[in-house]
Amino acid sequence: MSNTIDEDLLKRIIKQVLVESGVKTTDKPISFKDDKGSATATAGGTPTGTQTAEDRSTLDHAVPEEKLDWFKHVGVAKQGFSQDEVVIAVAPAFAEVLTKNMTGLAHKDILRQLVAGIEEEGLKARIIKVYRTSDVSFCAAEGDKLSGSGIAIGIQSKGTTVIHQKDQDPLSNLELFPQAPVLTLDTYRQIGKNAAQYAKSMSPSPVPTVNDQMARVAYQAISALLHIKETKQVVVGKPAEEIEVNFD
Amino acid sequence: MKRQKRFEMLEKRPIHQDGFVKEWPSEGLVAMMGPNDPKPSIKIENGVVTELDGKKREDFDLIDSYIAEYGIVLDNAEKVMAMDSTKIANMLVDPNVSRKDVIKVTLSLTPAKAEEVISKLNFGEMIMAVQKMRARRTPATQAHVTNVRDNPVLIAADAADAAQRGFPELETTTAVARYAPFNAISLLVGAQTGRPGVLSQCSVEEATELNLGMKGFTAYAETISVYGTDQVFTDGDDTPWSKGFLASCYASRGLKMRFTSGSGSEVMMGYTEGKSMLYLESRCIFITKASGVQGLQNGGVSCIGIPGAVPSGIRSVLGENLLCMMMDIECASGCDQSFSHSDMRRTERMIGQFVAGTDYISSGYSSTPNYDNTFAGSNTDAYDYDDYYIMERDLAVNGGIHPVNEQDIIKIRSKAAHAIQAVFDQLGLPKITDEEVEAATYANSSKDMPDRNMVEDMKAAQELLDRGITAIDIVKALNDSDFKDVAQAVLNLQKQKVCGDFLQTSSIFDKNWNIISAVNNPNDYQGPGTGYRLQNDKDEWERIKDVPFAMDPGHMQF
Repeated sequence: MSNTIDEDLLKRIIKQVLVESGVKTTDKPISFKDDKGSATATAGGTPTGTQTAEDRSTLDHAVPEEKLDWFKHVGVAKQGFSQDEVVIAVAPAFAEVLTKNMTGLAHKDILRQLVAGIEEEGLKARIIKVYRTSDVSFCAAEGDKLSGSGIAIGIQSKGTTVIHQKDQDPLSNLELFPQAPVLTLDTYRQIGKNAAQYAKSMSPSPVPTVNDQMARVAYQAISALLHIKETKQVVVGKPAEEIEVNFD
Repeated sequence: MKRQKRFEMLEKRPIHQDGFVKEWPSEGLVAMMGPNDPKPSIKIENGVVTELDGKKREDFDLIDSYIAEYGIVLDNAEKVMAMDSTKIANMLVDPNVSRKDVIKVTLSLTPAKAEEVISKLNFGEMIMAVQKMRARRTPATQAHVTNVRDNPVLIAADAADAAQRGFPELETTTAVARYAPFNAISLLVGAQTGRPGVLSQCSVEEATELNLGMKGFTAYAETISVYGTDQVFTDGDDTPWSKGFLASCYASRGLKMRFTSGSGSEVMMGYTEGKSMLYLESRCIFITKASGVQGLQNGGVSCIGIPGAVPSGIRSVLGENLLCMMMDIECASGCDQSFSHSDMRRTERMIGQFVAGTDYISSGYSSTPNYDNTFAGSNTDAYDYDDYYIMERDLAVNGGIHPVNEQDIIKIRSKAAHAIQAVFDQLGLPKITDEEVEAATYANSSKDMPDRNMVEDMKAAQELLDRGITAIDIVKALNDSDFKDVAQAVLNLQKQKVCGDFLQTSSIFDKNWNIISAVNNPNDYQGPGTGYRLQNDKDEWERIKDVPFAMDPGHMQF
């Protein structure tokens, strides 16, 4: 008798358990169509109807992504094979729905510093936008699987950042920067630099931890609102997209 | 507008730096009894729950199914659900109704009914109810022991320091995740040096945390998070069943464990289904009970800023602690995260739990200055020690810790630092110098410590796991280097895991490894003259009274 449980068997068992306990299986096809209340974000999608400034800031539902010259979608993100790349996996609202982190640093500047940090180490940065999740660790985990070096940086619109390696559990990390309010553009550059060093199989000293015990008190509520906004942009099942950036 | 000068002054007060938001029920920004919370109900057919809080069985989500299957004592349920919620609330407060009789009722509530019961109580009544409903008779509290450099010598010294002050449980975490094995063993050695019997844990990613426990480096675990909506569970690749499974893994190795939940986490994660914080927290508490886990850390915890931002939020947070106790499980009642810029409001945050007494008033009093607290700061830190002792002394309340004198602390810090130096030496880990031992003995924070080579430390920490080192190697190392008493304490802790008695509800150890739990020290409060009274706990009352900075009229020098 074989003891191995493959994915199929596992799925069947889970389904069986759910049926037995009277839970409806959620095994229905995922629709990317524009149904009410669900995310409508599509790559380069044009706004439906007339959007006022007020509509874009709503927290009630997803809003169309803004078309940006410096941040272009170029198709579904592909598996990378080049060992000298680090993937930067940005969360669903990054740059095109929200434009600044919690403390007002522009997403463009943050990305520029991350990329610069990676390039300083002689490596290439590849940027993808994740849609399946707004969780920073799971964004990074999606990124590192596509990364040729196995190293990815995950970043949320509110600024929370993580460096992740592909053989780690999703919620583990190489370095985590959970307190976005203490991150400066310099820190983002150092994060890029360290990620690149991991990709080169080096053991960098972790970016020094800054601790501001009052950050939560001042920022937790606004952080929740930004995260709700980001989460509204999640599109279940939608693969990550390749992003071409131009900082000039 | 020409500004009124008093308003201008008020705006500069610390309270104005806190974040407040108006209620917004559709995203769950409402403390309790939100407009979308379900109406309480239960239908049971042939021993099976066919309706729960207005939902038919075929519409159950994962959490409903789990709670309906394991979380409610069904025998009594229809009768209890027919009772008036105000009447049940009354039983909670009334000293003439015993805790035992209340539990018979509350174990048969549904999550929505439980929320409704809590909503009937004002803050003062909640304090009364907590005093009666906490599981263990003797209150206690827990400490955080961390530093931003993950310096192992300082962790050992700070652990011994905290243990001497009376914390029966110590929790650490990392600034950099890969340090975890070092933090865990430093805390273990420091804790057992400070006071044998102190339980220690290392809060990290769940698989790593379990691994550290199985190696014997920790005594318990706490940060196994549960949530009030399916989406937050599945977003973290989890279900109620996977958490239940994880709980059994700990039990199988004789490790104490409790779950963690707390108002606001679903708001933070963006998936509230438009329900109030207390309703979602109520579901978490029922999931914990359903999993057969002995206890829960709740009370806002790391998301305290969210309930703290809405009206009645801090009342609701004491309510969720109470609800946990009503399920007859251990409650580590929050107060463990930086909460306010205002000292007055920081006191407000803990006053209910402090006055009533809980199993752990704080589930993480920062035993270091908050600068070094890598849980992002606690509501109270090392700089609050003397204020806290005076509050205990003024009100004759056992807040779980007591004053210490400086010489004793210097001595024990030095011993712990030397003990971890010996362990590192024996296990071939990167050297701890005498200079570091000296610095850790007298240190206030990690700023007082010489730098260590972090890259070398992290590599060695990883190798510690790969080499298959366990707590027994630590016992040997201590025994071979003249720390026989500490070796014995670390060994005793491992023996306790084999016998497993400390897996009972609300267990802590005294210094002779006697268990103090809800089984042999059950809360018997029933009004004046009953329950735990500090004045009757003579040794502890003496310690609390004996503040070193009080004048002694018998020995005055004029």
